[in-house]
Amino acid sequence: MAIRVNLITGRTIQQGVSMEAGKEKPAYTAACGIIELDPADFKKLGAYRNTNVRVTSSYGSVVVKAVDATQGPHPGVAYIPMGPWANMVVNPNTYSTGMPTFKGTPVEVEVAKTEPVLGSLELVRKGCRGELA
Amino acid sequence: MTKTVTDVICPFCGTLCDDLEVVVSDDGKELYEVYNACAIGAEKFLHSQAKDRITRPRMRQEDGSWKEISYDEAIEYTARMLTDAKKPLMYGWSSTNCEAQAVGSEIGEAVGAVMDNTATVCHGTSLIAVQDIGIPSCTLGEIKNRADRILFWGCNPAHAHPRHMSRYSIFPRGFFTGKGHTGRKVIVVDPRPTDTASLADIHLQVEQGRDYELLDALRVAFKGEKLPDVVAGIPKAKIYEAAETLKSGRFAIIFFGMGVTQSLGKNHNIDEAIAVTRDLNEYTKAAIMPMRGHYNVTGSGQVWGWLFGFPYAVDLSRGFARYNPGETTSNDLLRRDEVDAVFVLGSDPGAHFPFSSVKKIYNRPSVAIDPHETPTTEVCKVHVPVAFVGVEIGGCAYRMDNVPIETRKVVEPPEGMMTDEEFLKRVLGRVKEIQGV
Repeated sequence: MAIRVNLITGRTIQQGVSMEAGKEKPAYTAACGIIELDPADFKKLGAYRNTNVRVTSSYGSVVVKAVDATQGPHPGVAYIPMGPWANMVVNPNTYSTGMPTFKGTPVEVEVAKTEPVLGSLELVRKGCRGELA
Repeated sequence: MTKTVTDVICPFCGTLCDDLEVVVSDDGKELYEVYNACAIGAEKFLHSQAKDRITRPRMRQEDGSWKEISYDEAIEYTARMLTDAKKPLMYGWSSTNCEAQAVGSEIGEAVGAVMDNTATVCHGTSLIAVQDIGIPSCTLGEIKNRADRILFWGCNPAHAHPRHMSRYSIFPRGFFTGKGHTGRKVIVVDPRPTDTASLADIHLQVEQGRDYELLDALRVAFKGEKLPDVVAGIPKAKIYEAAETLKSGRFAIIFFGMGVTQSLGKNHNIDEAIAVTRDLNEYTKAAIMPMRGHYNVTGSGQVWGWLFGFPYAVDLSRGFARYNPGETTSNDLLRRDEVDAVFVLGSDPGAHFPFSSVKKIYNRPSVAIDPHETPTTEVCKVHVPVAFVGVEIGGCAYRMDNVPIETRKVVEPPEGMMTDEEFLKRVLGRVKEIQGV
């Protein structure tokens, strides 16, 4: 079953540290290839913590790991740290300001246990070549 | 034996901490320890020592593999790409020093490029708002010594500017703020109860994207006028309380971040935040400051400010500087197919632009100048590794409050590695040769 939430992105300290340590490393995927969900939304989704989920918006789709909100509660709001995973689904429209709408994208989240979370380089490479599901 | 270099500047965020201590080998070739830095800053210094670091330029082959090339070949490719293009985009500029930014601007002028920096996805909308209605700001030193009301709006320094609170905003004891954090009141406005919010006296958990309404409500509350029962998910009693707290201080400072610049409303949110500051000055002293992300994004705005008159999104393709956010900004240009080559230095749009823009970079001649391997280098045709500014080469950087600080070199770059400035100077020379000027 899928749930609808409002997606925001931004920095986390783990994102910053793993970014400086190398975006090609698994630690970067562990820090940013995630979606932080509120316990109430987990309940609605009917999923265990640390399950892979597919996040889909009108602009794209990406597989990330669903984890508990670290800075919650924020029911109805989901958080993917800034990075290539979040940028697969955020609203790219700038509405004549130059600034894509990185915060406040309505997304659908559904369980995708068997689909892998790709590393940052692989995700971008496959996306550019049109090899993503 | 080792030696300790003191008063080192941290080249990570706009806080530009200047009290780091770095332990290096006697010959200055290896870096062992970093003291006083936050986790992110320390990692940046330590990663310069990574054994798997890429030290020579590489070019993408037909089959998708990388081939090592010389710096000369990389310079040739870059100069050719820029001179062949009708309207190249030269993006990034925030993780390098002002000296390199100045050389880059000269190249941009020579080839008729669009120059844009990371403000375009960060505080670009703040810059638009400042041009709309001005900004009453101050330095971080004034905040440390005077501010007793601290408002963080849509920013989370506990994660993004980890030492900001201990050095300037919440905890330090200053000349007129001798009681440190006990003498200050902290308000945090954020749709999540963030780690910064956990330090606040008042947390307003605003409904995401309703910042404009809440800012407006604060202005109403300052004047003691009537409010609806709930605004942006916040009960009116709490808004009045926050307004009173701000008015009762001797010096209020509003810090704002991506929560307001990237949510719908964008520059209008900042307009309103600046208007709140202006209104607050009727009752007490108040100032407002953007929490700038990259350590020298402010500097690139300064450099272009004095060279071209605009802080970002500068279109030089007509032979003079034009600026029109929404038209001359990177994401709009890429998505509308209005640029035919992409040059990236000191930033990672591959990771931090919406994917629809990243795809456009992949489909064009492109060069990425970056010490790291990143999603940008993954989609570009040529990757040129360079020395880390602030670690392996010094140079000027501007702190988030527009104070210039000279960064320091603490360790030698890997042998034969060029710096941003050296590489750009060589490209500029080659561009001039090709153009015959």
